[in-house]
Amino acid sequence: MIVYLDNNATTPLSDPVKKKINESFELYGNPSSFHSLGVKARNVIEIARGKIAAAIGSDAKEVLFTSCGTESDNIAIQGLLKSTKKKHIVSSKIEHPAVLNVIKYFEASGYDVSWVDVDRYGRVNPEDVAVLIRPDTAIVSIMMANNEIGTIQPIKEITDKVKEVSKDVIIHTDAVQAFGKVKFKVRELGVDMLSISSHKVNGPKGVGALYIRKGLKISPILYGGHHEKGIKPGTENILGIVGFGEAASQAVENIEYKIGKIRELKERLKNGINRSVDNIEINGHPDEVLSNTLNVSFKGIEGESIIMMLDMEGICVATGSACSSGRLEPSHVLMSMGLDPAVAQGSVRFSLGDYNTLEEIDYVVEKLPPIIERLREISPLEIK
Amino acid sequence: MNQYSDKVMEHFKNPRNVGEIENANGVGHVGNPVCGDIMKLYIRVEDGIIKDAKFKTFGCGAAIATSSMITELIKGKTIEEAEKVSNKAVIDALDGLPPVKRHCSVLAEEALKKAIEDYKKKKEDV
Repeated sequence: MIVYLDNNATTPLSDPVKKKINESFELYGNPSSFHSLGVKARNVIEIARGKIAAAIGSDAKEVLFTSCGTESDNIAIQGLLKSTKKKHIVSSKIEHPAVLNVIKYFEASGYDVSWVDVDRYGRVNPEDVAVLIRPDTAIVSIMMANNEIGTIQPIKEITDKVKEVSKDVIIHTDAVQAFGKVKFKVRELGVDMLSISSHKVNGPKGVGALYIRKGLKISPILYGGHHEKGIKPGTENILGIVGFGEAASQAVENIEYKIGKIRELKERLKNGINRSVDNIEINGHPDEVLSNTLNVSFKGIEGESIIMMLDMEGICVATGSACSSGRLEPSHVLMSMGLDPAVAQGSVRFSLGDYNTLEEIDYVVEKLPPIIERLREISPLEIK
Repeated sequence: MNQYSDKVMEHFKNPRNVGEIENANGVGHVGNPVCGDIMKLYIRVEDGIIKDAKFKTFGCGAAIATSSMITELIKGKTIEEAEKVSNKAVIDALDGLPPVKRHCSVLAEEALKKAIEDYKKKKEDV
């Protein structure tokens, strides 16, 4: 039995998406060609674009297709910085590496960066962002929801506060983890750019999108043909794009119902773990958190060994421990929240998806406690 | 799991010699929680031979496997022989470790050295 609880890493293709992609195998024309085969391909891309736009509440013209969330983040941040003389950036300490490392690169190149702290739940205070805005601030980039702990940021409040200080600062949000899990419309958020990714919402890997508010011009960072307004040149990934379009429509359909259902399963998992394992810490905000994400630290033991033992029972999850990623320190997200490094090393992330069942949750609750007990027997640490 | 050998997986699933030795005459305690790797190695030496060895480890799959393997490698050896057990010997006995996990075997070697050092020091004090 495989119990897949790693949906924040990626998700399986849904049946409608598989069907859509299957139907598109014959659309081999280059969407830039003038002949009818090209036009057919062009049309399905524009239909998919329309679906993405409807899903996020924008005009189709404001949606660019990219190859993934990371590329969307790179194009947004690098493209914006390239188009302005301003050299100050504001971002949070818990961004995904796709934002963090882009900004670190600019920092190393001489840009000024103000890194916003998070509280012990991983949440950003809008005031803390606004107070950092300067006349030379080019861009603010704060993720909508964190992939490791699930904490949701108050993006609308952040945009409002920032705009009180300056109307010129460009605001970008990485919504890769939030899309399909948080109900939002871009115009209500007030952001200038927003990144999303297909494979987090049961779409195919290898395709993402970037929303760029009408009127905002950014520079290209890739050069080539005129595709996607010259910002993302390259022959379009037709199969990926049609799959993504389908996935995006599904992602927002009945979103409140889906959020409620998944939250129930997560609560069942959380309560089950609380009942049967002691000396644990739940990491992340208690309320402003993705309904599908549960990040738990098991004191006295290390994360990779926990997930290995869970894997032996067919349970797929992730960890923020250093060992599992090849880094020397545990997750930067957990460290920014002020967690004790030893506690951070024992963290496990359970991220639920549309296909998880009650039986699967109960199976995990059954298999987990003996694993924790066994590893605690092996560990030299005394748990207080 | 994708990169671990069958031997490593075996020593992770069924680690040998987990525990403490109450009347240990050598203890080696190495590592720290920040790194995510802590090992405590206990040895009982009689007539210059390691009669018993036990370990406790906080760490990943490789950490637990190398700890288990090193206790197997030193049991029954003289102190002089045990001193020669290197991290490479542990890696070889485990049919290899992924490059990023080799430091776990180094920690096991350090725990052994400290345990032997502790034993020698205790002998002197007596």
